[in-house]
Amino acid sequence: MEEIKADRELDLRGEVCPFTFVKSKLIIEQMNVGEVLKVILDYYPSVENVPKSMKDEYQEVLAVKQIGENLWEVYIRKAR
Amino acid sequence: MSFQFTEEQIKRYSRHIILPEVGGKGQEKLLKSKVLVIGAGGLGSPSIYYLAAAGVGTIGIVDFDVVDYSNLQRQILHNTERVGTPKVVSAKKTVEALNPDVKVITYNTKINKDNILDIIKDYDVVLDGSDNFPTRFLVNDACYFLNKPLVSAAILRFEGQLTVFDYRDKEKTPCYRCLFPEPPPPGLVPSCQEAGLLGVVGGIMGTLQANEALKLILGIGETLVGKLLVFDALTTEFTKVKLRKDEKCPLCGKEPKIKELIEYDEGQCDIRF
Repeated sequence: MEEIKADRELDLRGEVCPFTFVKSKLIIEQMNVGEVLKVILDYYPSVENVPKSMKDEYQEVLAVKQIGENLWEVYIRKAR
Repeated sequence: MSFQFTEEQIKRYSRHIILPEVGGKGQEKLLKSKVLVIGAGGLGSPSIYYLAAAGVGTIGIVDFDVVDYSNLQRQILHNTERVGTPKVVSAKKTVEALNPDVKVITYNTKINKDNILDIIKDYDVVLDGSDNFPTRFLVNDACYFLNKPLVSAAILRFEGQLTVFDYRDKEKTPCYRCLFPEPPPPGLVPSCQEAGLLGVVGGIMGTLQANEALKLILGIGETLVGKLLVFDALTTEFTKVKLRKDEKCPLCGKEPKIKELIEYDEGQCDIRF
């Protein structure tokens, strides 16, 4: 899979819903439009919910990658 | 834009931050905002409590009364142990136990034309939950002169009323005196001491007052500017009535007669509630 360059990285291992989204959103709000945030998650429901909630707020979800047995990366580009 | 919330704040305000209309940006606005509440009674109790829960950073509370058993049927900031304690002290204790982010400034005093401008001047929004006409007129006129948005509510028996006078834009907003040019003669309108009041009516109208204040701070939705909301607890009906700016209004009309604060006499009845 193609490498995505992230401007910010947020390690949310150990965090669950809704705080995975809340913390991701707080970072996104403070980034510039066009920049990419990489979120690291180890709680599966968040892997579904964070991208869904980001899309609801009109942010662009570039990719969701499983990188380990219980480890995922979500890439979000700030669209607005 | 940058904001730094503690872990506790992220948890405390997570339901706000999740809302697209609020977010971290809106929560930051709330934490930096200053709201003044006139009266820590039936209306002030719920409005102060919800504003504090919402994380309004500074809440000023004006009341010169002490907690009485007759207050406890509706004034939920206070409790039985605090009977005899100044209401502002009791209110501050309740707020601080709920949310340490809130700075409470108390004014254990009766507002008058000499102190009101000084009390109001640093606040972003003013809520009137007072129980008498002289105070209502004084608060209205002071907010008008200082260009402060005023969220005004009143309750009696089974009825509540609510509106917003946004004096940041005086061209658009009617004022309190467009509705009531002068106070009624003392004794004409019964107080809730005389007429009674269902406690929850204060809860409902005070909570709606907090809602209007939060929208004013966040700059979201539509406030009740130019509309009077009337609530009837017996039928559970809300009615919205349009308010018009009165060209002949003594305060905001074309030829205003009132150019300075006026202190009206409260009349014979000095029973407080």
